[in-house]
Amino acid sequence: MTNFQAQKRCRRHALPGLGLTLGFSLLYLGLVVLIPFSALFLKTATGGWLHFWETVTSPRVVASYRVSFGISLVAALVNGVFGVIAAWVLVRYRFPGRRILDAIVDLPFALPTAVAGIALTALYAPNDWIGSWLKPLGIQVAFTRIGIFVALTFIGLPFVVRTVQPVIQDLVAEVEEAAACLGANRWHTFRRVIFPALLPSILTGVTLAYGRAVGEYGSVVFISGNLPFKTEITPLMIITKLEQYDYSGAAAIGFVMLVASFVILIVSNGLQSWNNKRHGIS
Amino acid sequence: MACASSLHLRRSSLPLRATAESPVAKAVLIGITLVFLGLFLLLPLVVVFQEAFSKGAAAFLHALRDPYTLSAIRLTLLVAAIVVPLNTVFGLAAAWSLTRFRFGGRSFLITLIDLPLWVSPVIGGLIYVLVFGAQGWFGPWLREHDIRIIFAVPGIVLATVFVTFPFVARGLIPLMEAQGIKEEEAALTLGANGWQIFRRVTLPKIKWGLLYGVILCNARAMGEFGAVSVVSGHIRGKTTTMPLQIEILYNEYQFAAAFAVASLLALLAIITLILKTHAEWRAERQLREATR
Repeated sequence: MTNFQAQKRCRRHALPGLGLTLGFSLLYLGLVVLIPFSALFLKTATGGWLHFWETVTSPRVVASYRVSFGISLVAALVNGVFGVIAAWVLVRYRFPGRRILDAIVDLPFALPTAVAGIALTALYAPNDWIGSWLKPLGIQVAFTRIGIFVALTFIGLPFVVRTVQPVIQDLVAEVEEAAACLGANRWHTFRRVIFPALLPSILTGVTLAYGRAVGEYGSVVFISGNLPFKTEITPLMIITKLEQYDYSGAAAIGFVMLVASFVILIVSNGLQSWNNKRHGIS
Repeated sequence: MACASSLHLRRSSLPLRATAESPVAKAVLIGITLVFLGLFLLLPLVVVFQEAFSKGAAAFLHALRDPYTLSAIRLTLLVAAIVVPLNTVFGLAAAWSLTRFRFGGRSFLITLIDLPLWVSPVIGGLIYVLVFGAQGWFGPWLREHDIRIIFAVPGIVLATVFVTFPFVARGLIPLMEAQGIKEEEAALTLGANGWQIFRRVTLPKIKWGLLYGVILCNARAMGEFGAVSVVSGHIRGKTTTMPLQIEILYNEYQFAAAFAVASLLALLAIITLILKTHAEWRAERQLREATR
């Protein structure tokens, strides 16, 4: 009864502006997103099935999937380890420079990718900065797959830290105390109590970092050297097709990437709702 | 329980708390974090400024006075001046309709707003080439009427709009959802019209969240590379934005000049981080006040 009255009152006092704001939003999204994306789907379709299949399974493009999807996974997992350590240190410990370090975690969001790209290349080029130290060891980073890994780690770093940080903040201290009282040492407490509580957020962060890394272009193309079959990433293949005026080929690779991103999105949404549920219970 | 409370332990002179890591482990963890963040975040930032001034301040200023560089700076400012207000209006409209009303397809719309964050920026450029490019849908018609969109400024604006439209909306939606509509309804019963409610009631409540979104939107708009690179055509002095100018200079081995332009964008990133941290802090406070 009260619910019904509240609903009725809600309707009578409905705020104005639904038509205007929703109409504008839909128009905007339609022009900016829906029409261009239907062009992508139609262009993929008009190229014909054979052309589509030949394009997306050509050896050079398949090699680029291996680079993009494979190295992104390695970078996301490395972020999974070091991102959790960084999040832990930033939440639990107090030391000079902590706040600056905390703010700088978001740098990959704010720094234009082209700037990050040339900066990382300068750092790791064989005769500069870190590159010159690694050269005697026989390690070359720039213009190899290791370089792509470095750029993708940079890009994905904030995702893990920022997803795990709030969960560490909300960990209930009593649970850790109880574990200690029951005789667990610190490592046991971490492995059996803290880690399981953090796991959903870690996986969510890793998935987000992975999704971002797969599509990344600007920071990678400078450091990768772009050697066919070795260090070409999939977004670069789209640009290569466009430069050859093969629009339907570019659309075909774009379509594959879109499907891959969609799968990653679904996984990340699933993990996020698992995370929220777990979080709500604890 | 026999175990002492953490409060007691904290006060005691025991060297080790049961719920804290040993000093060695703590030092190691802090060390790992410093090395990891230093190596991946701080060092690239230092390199940009170091390389920009590697040939001295005079060379730095000379590089920035290059006519092509100046026109790239102008174009970047122009694009941001068009895109940021457009996306701010969109963000406000989307947040208002999505948080003040309930309707079917609402969650689909929210997912749609997130789209640019999970597709490759290159796809963000590609889709406009497929619509407006020479072989695109409107390509022949545009050529007949002598209108250039791809390889011209309108294409750059469109690609930038696509990449940056989620930021303001995403900054506002959670904030406005949490704040609720009680105050707006009160204003309505007191006879305020829609515009008055928005300006006098809603806007003051959301200003820090709005600023947060605008700052991020602006940073991305000025720095976007992948999407803009696809539609720009790289015509010097005409369709090169600052990130594209960096690429051109870098590929011509004019490293100091490339880093000089890059240092301007790096400075923008630092300012963005400072403003963002401040706005985030203020927005959180507004949110806490609202949910109290």
